[in-house]
Amino acid sequence: MRRTAALAVLLSLAGCGGGGGLTPAGEAEVAADPTGGDEGLTGTLTVFAAASLTDVFTGLGERLEVEHPQLDVRFNFAGSSALAQQIAQGAPADVFASAAEGPMATVTDAGLAEDAEVFARNPLVLAVPVDNPAGIEPPATAGLPGLADLLVPEHTVAVCAPEVPCGAAAAEVLGSAGLADAPDTYDDDVRAVLTKVELGEVDAGLVYVSDVRAAGDAVLAYAFRESARAVNAYPVAVLADAPNAEAGRAFVDLVLSEEGRRALTDAGFQQP
Amino acid sequence: MSRHRGGVPAPLLVPALLAVAFLVLPLAGLLVRAPWPDLLPQLTTPAVGEALRLSLVSATLATLVSLVLGVPLAWVLARTRARGRSLLRALVTVPLVLPPVVGGVALFLVLGRQGLLGRWLDEAFGVTVPFTTTAVVIAETFVAMPFLVISVEGALRAADVRFDDAAATLGADRWTTFRRVTLPLVAPGIAAGAVLCWARALGEFGATITFAGNFPGTTQTMPLAVYLALQQEPEAAIVLSLVLLAVSLATLLLLRDRWLGRASVSA
Amino acid sequence: MSLAAEVRVRRGPLAVALDLEVDDGGVLAVLGPNGAGKSTLLRVLAGLLEPDDARVLVDGVVWDDVAAGVHLPAHRRPLGMVFQDHLLFPHLSVTENVAFGLRCRGVRRAAARAAAGEWLARVGLDGLGDRRPGALSGGQAQRVALARALVGAPALLLLDEPLSALDARTRLTVRAELRRHLGEFAGSTVLVTHDPVDAMALADRVLVVEDGAVVQAGTPADVSRHPRTDYVARLVGLSLLPGVASGRRVRLDGGGVVAVAEEADGPVFAAVRPESVALFLSRPDGSPRNVWPVRLTGATPHGATVRCELDGEVPLVADVTAAAFAEMGLAPGARVWAAVKASEVAVYTR
Repeated sequence: MRRTAALAVLLSLAGCGGGGGLTPAGEAEVAADPTGGDEGLTGTLTVFAAASLTDVFTGLGERLEVEHPQLDVRFNFAGSSALAQQIAQGAPADVFASAAEGPMATVTDAGLAEDAEVFARNPLVLAVPVDNPAGIEPPATAGLPGLADLLVPEHTVAVCAPEVPCGAAAAEVLGSAGLADAPDTYDDDVRAVLTKVELGEVDAGLVYVSDVRAAGDAVLAYAFRESARAVNAYPVAVLADAPNAEAGRAFVDLVLSEEGRRALTDAGFQQP
Repeated sequence: MSRHRGGVPAPLLVPALLAVAFLVLPLAGLLVRAPWPDLLPQLTTPAVGEALRLSLVSATLATLVSLVLGVPLAWVLARTRARGRSLLRALVTVPLVLPPVVGGVALFLVLGRQGLLGRWLDEAFGVTVPFTTTAVVIAETFVAMPFLVISVEGALRAADVRFDDAAATLGADRWTTFRRVTLPLVAPGIAAGAVLCWARALGEFGATITFAGNFPGTTQTMPLAVYLALQQEPEAAIVLSLVLLAVSLATLLLLRDRWLGRASVSA
Repeated sequence: MSLAAEVRVRRGPLAVALDLEVDDGGVLAVLGPNGAGKSTLLRVLAGLLEPDDARVLVDGVVWDDVAAGVHLPAHRRPLGMVFQDHLLFPHLSVTENVAFGLRCRGVRRAAARAAAGEWLARVGLDGLGDRRPGALSGGQAQRVALARALVGAPALLLLDEPLSALDARTRLTVRAELRRHLGEFAGSTVLVTHDPVDAMALADRVLVVEDGAVVQAGTPADVSRHPRTDYVARLVGLSLLPGVASGRRVRLDGGGVVAVAEEADGPVFAAVRPESVALFLSRPDGSPRNVWPVRLTGATPHGATVRCELDGEVPLVADVTAAAFAEMGLAPGARVWAAVKASEVAVYTR
């Protein structure tokens, strides 16, 4: 019962969180691109992408390789901040997709990319272990619960450290809910938070909705009101020094296309 | 020191110099890039002081625990003919090859509140280990103790077992022999192992952040603070790294002087 | 009977089966080549090695009885042991080394140090108590080891090649001191050595061991005068010639005849001491009854003399002075005549 309730909350969250549509540029490219493979992209395409994009981007990369048999797509999935620094240090990448605006700003401020486009959004949800040892449940009132309706200070809570994007968002929502002191550990990335939830070592953790989707049956998740205050935007850009800018552009176009959008939505991301 | 002066053969000298360059240049890089004016303000930040203190205390406690448990284990590995000893040795060194994050998860499975032992601890005593300073010490001990065990076992193997025989003929039982003969004989090996263990514990990151979490004041050690600072302000991370580096170097040099002093008295 | 032991133990290819008895105050030398099982015997007596089968009784107390399931661990046996390379604990001072056994057996620190000091004085090392073993000469270290073994007044003293790590001159003086201390020691002593001089000088009984078994036992004089195997004979310098005696002639098993001074009958050993053999470049005339042509096969300087190994119808060992050796221009392969007076040939039945 509780499980279905959680899913229902998630669905309603996806419905209410949607915002603007695709950028006009993306739409135009998609329209012109159904036979993009004939242009025959070759060589290696290197994509640096936030770890939360692993599943979606791997699928899109395979799709691009099918269209362009001569093309070899490689990914470097890691924390966005770490990736931004690798790019700043001269790592040879074609595309950078960040889980937040901050790391992308590091790259654009350094003149290493321009025209970053937001392609998805990823709000936070409260993940709890399947057996929910602390009995965290939303009150029976209608509408989205507030975070304070779900958490009490006695709960053991894991969040990302404020230095990384998911942690900045977590600090924002916790602060606005008056729960700034709730966390018991500040993890270095969102996967680590999710692991602790999956293992049942914490009562709850703040993670992205896409991560909950990826975790399948291992955790329950509750949407909450404050999450709208800090929804991470995912920008993507072709890098200025891209060795294979043409392929990079094609990949970004694919991400922004109807197909890319569908894949992202399936993975739990919201439209930008 | 004065003998063999200038007599290092080129096939040894060249790789040795390369090794020094390889090991020292990254440190030099830190020093060059360090924002020196920021150093003092950073040092006096309460958060940095806390992380540093926590690092030193937990690494030292982890080393003590490793000594108390690891030296006897090394003795068992080196001096007994227990069956399955080589399997035991392989198991004991697993934390060396295990990615520390996996080690942290493994610790959860045992000592976490859902873990084999942790569940019982929680139910019987209301004790939960994760996300406490104790968990930091446990994580560091798990990762660092094998270094101690391996060096002490090596020292025990190199030590002449006939001294044990001599002690036995003088009326010493095995425990007395261990305390009064074996232990002093392998003391340099134990010291070297303890230094390795301490250094490894001081730098521990993966198992700690997984099992103990990262909370300023209770579980945030310097490596965690460095890593997270790196996410936002690489400059601050460099400063924190230098602080950790300076403190650990100073500690090791101090201890080394004491040992060298003692060694020259006994010679 | 202070020590009575029957020891059976297998160590790889070597099967050790030795029986021995030592009186109170007695010194038994176990003499034999390396790998004969001597050290194995000592390790069993010390309790450091569990035998396959053994009975060891000291002063009527059972230390080992495999059949009865009795095995007293090493640290419970009142014994002292001196090792070849002394094995003084390098991290302890000389005094602490000597006091170690007393401390292990519950003697208070001050009393143990006082006793240690006394023993250090007895072995002539007064004033060296604060040194570390590393700062001692080989002879001093072995004296400390002896003091460490004796300070607890053990019932049994085990000496494992105690002099073999010392240089020749030190060995002479330490051997003489050891002899004195053994004379004063009330318990039983077992001395393991491969040097017959140690055995002859220090022991009142000798057990010659080869391949884990006793080949001869007796007093030192007995063994050196009547060696029973070639090994024992060579060890103590005798040439041992088996033959059959008839009156004052011994027909050797290997061919040749030896004239002897005493009458004998039946199978005997004719034993010739190396210094009784004279060498000549041409066949000598006159009194010697035993003259054989031989070939020099080996020569080893041996103090002021050269020990010559001679091959021929009658194999012999001769000691000649270095001067004579040089004067005769001897070299391996040289053909010479060997002469032995009949009165110099000892005969004993085998």
